[in-house]
Formats: sequence, structure tokens, C-alpha cells
Amino acid sequence: MATEDLSLLKAEAMTQSTLAAVDHLPVMPLLICFVFGSVLLMLRRRVDLHPVLAIPGLALLLATDIAILWQVWTNGTMTLMLGGWLPPFGIAFTIDMMGALFLTAAGFVALACGIYAAASVDPVERRFGFYPFLFMMIGGVSGAFITGDIFNLYVWFEVMLIGSFGLIVLGSRHEQLDGATKYCFLNLVGTTFFLIATGYLYGLFGTLNMADIARKAAAMEDTGPLLTLVSLYFVSFAMKAAAFPLNSWLPASYHTPRFVTSALFAGLLTKVGIYAAIRVMLMIFPPERAELSVVIAWVAALTMLIGGLGALAQSDFRRLLNYMVIAGIGTILVGLALPQLPAGTDTGPIAIGMSGAIYYAIHSIIVMTALYLAAGVAAHLTGSSSLHEMGGLWRHNPLFAGLVLVLFFAVSGLPPFSGFWPKLFLVRATMSADMPWLAAMVLFSGFLLTIASARVFALGFWRSLPAAVDAPNDDERARIVGERFSAAGPEKAASLIPLLMLTAFVVIAGVWPEWLLQMTASATAGVLDPSGYIDSVFGGRP
Amino acid sequence: MELALTFATAVLYSIAFYLLMSKHIIRMLLGVVILSNAVNLSIFINGRLTTIAPPLIPSDLSVPVDPISNPLPQALVLTAIVIAFSFFAFLLVLSYRAYQDLNTDDTDEMRVAEPKEEGLPPLGY
Repeated sequence: MATEDLSLLKAEAMTQSTLAAVDHLPVMPLLICFVFGSVLLMLRRRVDLHPVLAIPGLALLLATDIAILWQVWTNGTMTLMLGGWLPPFGIAFTIDMMGALFLTAAGFVALACGIYAAASVDPVERRFGFYPFLFMMIGGVSGAFITGDIFNLYVWFEVMLIGSFGLIVLGSRHEQLDGATKYCFLNLVGTTFFLIATGYLYGLFGTLNMADIARKAAAMEDTGPLLTLVSLYFVSFAMKAAAFPLNSWLPASYHTPRFVTSALFAGLLTKVGIYAAIRVMLMIFPPERAELSVVIAWVAALTMLIGGLGALAQSDFRRLLNYMVIAGIGTILVGLALPQLPAGTDTGPIAIGMSGAIYYAIHSIIVMTALYLAAGVAAHLTGSSSLHEMGGLWRHNPLFAGLVLVLFFAVSGLPPFSGFWPKLFLVRATMSADMPWLAAMVLFSGFLLTIASARVFALGFWRSLPAAVDAPNDDERARIVGERFSAAGPEKAASLIPLLMLTAFVVIAGVWPEWLLQMTASATAGVLDPSGYIDSVFGGRP
Repeated sequence: MELALTFATAVLYSIAFYLLMSKHIIRMLLGVVILSNAVNLSIFINGRLTTIAPPLIPSDLSVPVDPISNPLPQALVLTAIVIAFSFFAFLLVLSYRAYQDLNTDDTDEMRVAEPKEEGLPPLGY
């Protein structure tokens, strides 16, 4: 009797059909990250092999991410139920358009940073495990973009955090330990808030599958506790994303590790917070998000202002970039702050604004990574990242200076590069949502960033190297300049390749934005109306 | 029972937040431990406390006969314990190393990464 029961139960709780090969795609990025990460860990004494293995691994990861993006773009949201359990029992890996876009951007910057690290991280630090940590962290980031289960999302946050802890202390210089202490404590508290909220969410809904929660929340009558829950989620994600007033850990820590580590962090970690905020607040709890929208609008405005003013006040290139990351986060949050028009109007401000915000997030992932890498190259060439000591880059490295100029235009939101279109969308959306002050803040923050970038460019690139100007005679001057700029090792070319890759995207996304705009519009539609997401998980089952 | 445990959790939360607001790393570490325990307890309470049977199925059956308590929060708590423990171990080592290298456990005095006397950026050239 028991066996009959069991097969009946199995038929009810587990999938009976076997999966096609393409259905396994959602799990592949994680598999690649963990296989490569652990193989590199086993080869920790053979540091010479690390870049040789890691870069093809990252290229494979990017190829898989692009395959997923293509699959989702052509066939819609895809779901893989782990262990063959039917939803809502097992853990679901669900990738919709938004997840696929973030995933691909993450794979792209991971590859760029992997190539850059081959040139810039010295073998001693490679032995401490730069590449294994890189793969673990990218595994966590990819997992967060792929999963369809909210507790699983928390676990991926923690995987990503522990990988980033490993990367941030690599080298153990004094300022690294200082920055790492602040980074670790505050991020741990942030994810703990996430865990608290998830515990209460389970208490309310009895399920952790995001599609299931979205269904149940939409049908819920007594929505009193949900506002508290969503506020708690907002606090934890804002902390992760470094939104004002919870941003203090970012400027305290992001300039301390290696340049390539900063670049990875700046590109990816804060954006995971943004992604989770959009996923949970906008897709699962839209009415509560709408109630909080005034708060989010203030947070977004102040984050943009703090980012812009902070960038103006810094005298170190990398610390200035820390504040540019924060300003970017504020700009993305503007999309989340827009009011939602009554159902049925799919062209409302939130649709335009969210599409712009996702576009801006992708742009920010790529441009911030590129700028930190550029700061690394500049510091390597001029011997310092302090604006007091930099100089001469325009004359001695015109190609590099040109790339950085493009990136500065993009980060300030000036046409014709990738930062312009999303800002245009956000301004249009805020104006049509009757929030002109928020639109003004987007523009004002862009203005402050323009001044800050112009200052870096004028001081670090246009003016001659201060050390050479102060030199007593021409011979001495020639010697200093020669030492700095013509000591072109083989690593110089290798560190320009990732910059070229990232800048190419910035230019393409700025000059031909339609393809990306179509994708972000489709991503926004999928978040605003989660029926596609829910259908993908449940496949029409009740 | 739920009420008593809720109060206990609230006390733990307040202790944790009080300790986390301290300037000294060692107190913050204690705060992190207590916070993670408070969270675990609140997840546990969220699974509803009952005095019914543990989630065990007799070996000759495939479904439980009587109502059983919910095993999922226990699985969640188990995951959270493992994660919190490993993070605490990392933080402990990091704080000790930071204390050794920076000679202080006062976060106000940790200014290596953000020096006080940095001054204004150059205003012209």
C-alpha cells in the first residue's frame, strides 16, 4: 500500500518528464563558476595556470549568459525546477528578461576584470586565490540573478558576500583591513535584515517561491503587515545598494583593495541590491511599493545629491569614483520611485521609468567597472591616483585618455554615450508623473558628475605631470617622464583590452540604443505584469 | 508560548542593536552573534509553535497520519546558522587581524582608509 501511495504522491509532487538539454541552461552559469572556482583552488600552487584557465572559463560563462539571454528573448521566461519537484515545493531557478540582462552584463564585466587581473594582479596575490574568489563571487552574483526562490536569493547574497570578503582583504594592507572591517560588518547586518524580512514573509505566506508569493500577495485581503515587510526589504536592499543614508560603508571601503577588485565590486555588488529591490518590491508587492514611492523618491534624490557632492569633494581618483557609484544608484532608484497608474495603462510613467532604470543599471555596471579599471591604469602610469600628483596622460597615452573621456561622458549622462538615453527616459517619466523636482535632481546630479569628471580630466590628463614640471632641468624632466610613461611592459596592452571591450559597449549602447531599449522595455513589462513569470514557474497549474 | 518567545526575541534584538551601535569592534562582534540568534528565533517562531508531533513519518507509511510540526523553518534556521557561524568566524579573524595591524579596536580611530587631513582637491593648475 505504501509503495502505491508513493508513486501517486510522486506524480503529484514531481515532474515525470525528462528535460531537454536547453532546459538545463539556467543552472549552467553556477556550474561553470563553481567548477572553475574549485579547480583553481586545487591548483593554488600553480599560479601560472590560473589566468590560462580562468579567462577561458569566464569566456565560457559569458557565452552561456548570452545563450540564456537569447533563449529568454526568443522563448520567454524559462524555469528549471531543481530536483524535479513541482512548484512550489522545490527551489525554482527562473530567469526572466530582467534577470538575463543583469546576468549577461555581470558575465561581461567578469570577463573584462579577469583579463585585466591577468595583467595587474601579481603572482603572490594570485596564490592567495584571486581567481577562485572571483569565480565564487560571480557564482553568487549569477545565482542571485537566476533564482526564483526568495530564501535562495538570500543564500546567493551570502555566497556573493563571502567571495567579496575574500577579495577585499587580498593583500592585507593596512587600509584594506580598515575598509574591509567596515564593509564586512555593515554588509552582514544588511543581509541579516534581508533574512529577518524573509522569515516574516514565510510566516505570512507559507511559501518562498517568488512566483507563488506574487500570486498570493495579489490575492491577499488583509495587507496590513505587508507594508512593514516591504519597508524592511527596502532597508536591507538599500543598504546593499549603498543608497543614502545607508551608504557610508561604500566610500569607506571601495578604494582600498586592488583596482580590479574595486572595479568588480563597483560594477556588480551594489547592482545586485538594486536588482533584488526591483524584483521584490516592484514584481511581488506592487501596491506596497507604490505606497512607499514618496520615501523611495526622497532616498533616490538624496543619494544622487550625496553622490554628486561627494565626488566633487574628493582629491583621489578612486575615492571620487566611489561617490559616482552612489550617484548612479540614486539614478536607478528614481525608476523605482515612480507612481503606478491604474492597471491596464502599460505606457504609464513607471513603464518608461523602469525601462530607463534597468538600462541605467546595465550602463552603470559596465561604465563603473571600466572607470575603476581606467583608474588602475592611470595610477600605474602616473604612479599615483591622487589628483595632486597625476598628470600628463593626454600627451603620453592619447588612446587611453580618449577611452577615459568617453567613459566620463557616459557616466555624466552626456550624449552620444550610454548614460544619456536612460537619463532621458527617467526625466521624461518623472515629468509625466508630475515630479519635476525629481527630474531636476537627476539633471543636477548629472551636472555635478560632469564637473567632477571634468576636474579629473583636466588635472589628471590635460595638465603636465606635476613632478616633471617641478623638475630642475630638462634632462631631469625627460628622465621622470620617460620612467613613468615609456616603461611599457607587456601588461600595458593586456590592461587596455578590457577597457576597449567595455568602452565599445558604452559607445554601441549610446549610438544604437534601440536593441537594448527593446530588451529593457520587455524586462520592465515582465516585472510590471508578472503573469509571464508565474506561468513559467507553474505552467498553468493551479 | 509564542508570546513568551516573541518577548525573548525582542530582548535579544535590542541587546544586539545596542551592542552593534558601540564603537568597539569586540562589542560589535558580540552584537552580530546575538543578532543572528535573534533572527533564527524569529524565523522559528514564524513557522508557528505547536506542541504536536515532530515531522517524522513512520517507516511503513509514505505520508504522516497525524498533524506534524512544520519542518521547513527548521531547515531555514539550519541554513542560517551555518551561514551566520561561518561569517562570524571570518569577522572574528578579520577583526583580530585589524586590531593587530591598526592597534585599535575603536572604529572612530580607524582612519587609515579615510585619512582626516586630506584637504581639498587641487582647485586649478
